[in-house]
Amino acid sequence: MAKVIIVKKLHKNFGDLQVLRGISCHIAPREVVVVIGPSGSGKSTFLRCLNQLEPATSGEIIINGVSITDPRADINAIRQDVGMVFQRFNLFPHMTALQNVALAPIKVRKLKKAEAEELAMSLLTRVGLRDKADQYPEKLSGGQQQRVAIARALAMQPKVMLFDEPTSALDPEMVGEVLDVIKNLALEGMTMVVVSHEMGFAREVGDRVMFMDEGLIVEEGSPEQLFGSPQNPRTRAFLSKIL
Amino acid sequence: MQFQFEKVFQYWPMILRGVQVTIQLTVVAVAIGTVIGLVTSLLRLSRFKPASLLARCYVDFIRGTPLMVQILLFYYGLPQLLGIKAFDRYFSGVVTLSINSGAYVSEIFRAGIQSIHHGQMEAARSLGMTYFQAMRYVILPQAFKRCIPPLGNEFIAMLKDSSLVSIISLQELMMTGRIIEGHYYRPFETYIVVALLYLFMTTTISQLVSYLERVFGKGDHSKETA
Ligand SMILES: Nc1ncnc2c1ncn2[C@@H]1O[C@H](COP(=O)(O)OP(=O)(O)OP(=O)(O)O)[C@@H](O)[C@H]1O
Ligand SMILES: [Mg+2]
Repeated sequence: MAKVIIVKKLHKNFGDLQVLRGISCHIAPREVVVVIGPSGSGKSTFLRCLNQLEPATSGEIIINGVSITDPRADINAIRQDVGMVFQRFNLFPHMTALQNVALAPIKVRKLKKAEAEELAMSLLTRVGLRDKADQYPEKLSGGQQQRVAIARALAMQPKVMLFDEPTSALDPEMVGEVLDVIKNLALEGMTMVVVSHEMGFAREVGDRVMFMDEGLIVEEGSPEQLFGSPQNPRTRAFLSKIL
Repeated sequence: MQFQFEKVFQYWPMILRGVQVTIQLTVVAVAIGTVIGLVTSLLRLSRFKPASLLARCYVDFIRGTPLMVQILLFYYGLPQLLGIKAFDRYFSGVVTLSINSGAYVSEIFRAGIQSIHHGQMEAARSLGMTYFQAMRYVILPQAFKRCIPPLGNEFIAMLKDSSLVSIISLQELMMTGRIIEGHYYRPFETYIVVALLYLFMTTTISQLVSYLERVFGKGDHSKETA
């Protein structure tokens, strides 16, 4: 089956600092890949390269058959197919939840305002926030803000969703509501790359877990394999710390 | 000593006319300066090096030289350089003040834009918006709110600094004062009236700005959510 994401020998340097040192991987349609690894190992940078928020230093990234690292690639068009959810939500504070979700469909997909708002309302309903549509982000809890952020990304009807530690800025009691939304997306067949250290979540919805360390994918496998019988000593050392 | 305010108040219509010219000059200069400032701040922040360098030279030149020198350079210097006849005084005053204001306003906008968390730009770009769409719909609306107080200060500064165009005999409030003083040699009475009129205008503006701040400042909680 055609791959949604193909990464070939991806390198990323910040000045002299080599953050990604040759990452290669394939992600199939409907696959949910969970990325784990110590702080500073390059997980966020990897994710940000996947929608070119960080331009790659070398290597190639192909999404849905289009090489996004090609300098001639239409990056704005590609990003519409790749939804991204951030650790700190990054909602637009001067807009209501509904406006947050409807903005890109109006400005980028050129939907009519009414159409976009209808779409936004249905997405907010899907993440359980229909009644919060007219609230500004500051009036929402962290979990609610993150769910609006997910709805906002879904409004562009992406083919892939990237999540960068979507629950690590949340109070523990709100983690569940956000993970539930992501689980539902998995059930609906969304292709996803999720950086997360929520092991229960990784076991339940992850098809594959990748362990990153020092800019490389050190080990990968099914959640049972990777958590149950890790092969690489670095993976074992890391897991013993977080489990 | 005997005050002779009646001599000054004899010229009341002329004084009012001066107040009017001062207000016009300031409003027009700050309005044009805001447009120049917005464009300059965007050029300054752009990744296109020649544009940001050009913007920087402009801002540094204006902020690093006295306004009075700029006025004289424009009014007397430029016609000589270009070999043309003198500009209209009012035209010169408006242009010089606008160019001056533009440099200061651009620094205000630059600070405002930079104060918005970079996660906002990233979130907007990740949705497929272009750089300009992200600026237009996400960054600038938030930045403008934060710029209201410093823009108010710039307005007040420009109102006072506009008095310098009296050097080219543009008859705004300051020049009117100098003319009246020349008639009767009553400098204290003349200039205290002029001063109080400036004070009245500047306090009115600061009231207006704090009102605007209350109205538009609402909903600026970006610091918490960014
Ligand atoms: N824009 C940048 N400029 C310079 N260095 C950067 C930049 N972004 C990331 N880095 C560096 O790259 C390295 C990897 O960062 P990255 O954020 O990808 O790690 P991470 O695995 O996501 O860590 P964490 O678990 O803490 O989020 C770090 O050393 C970081 O300091
Ligand atoms: Mg990270």
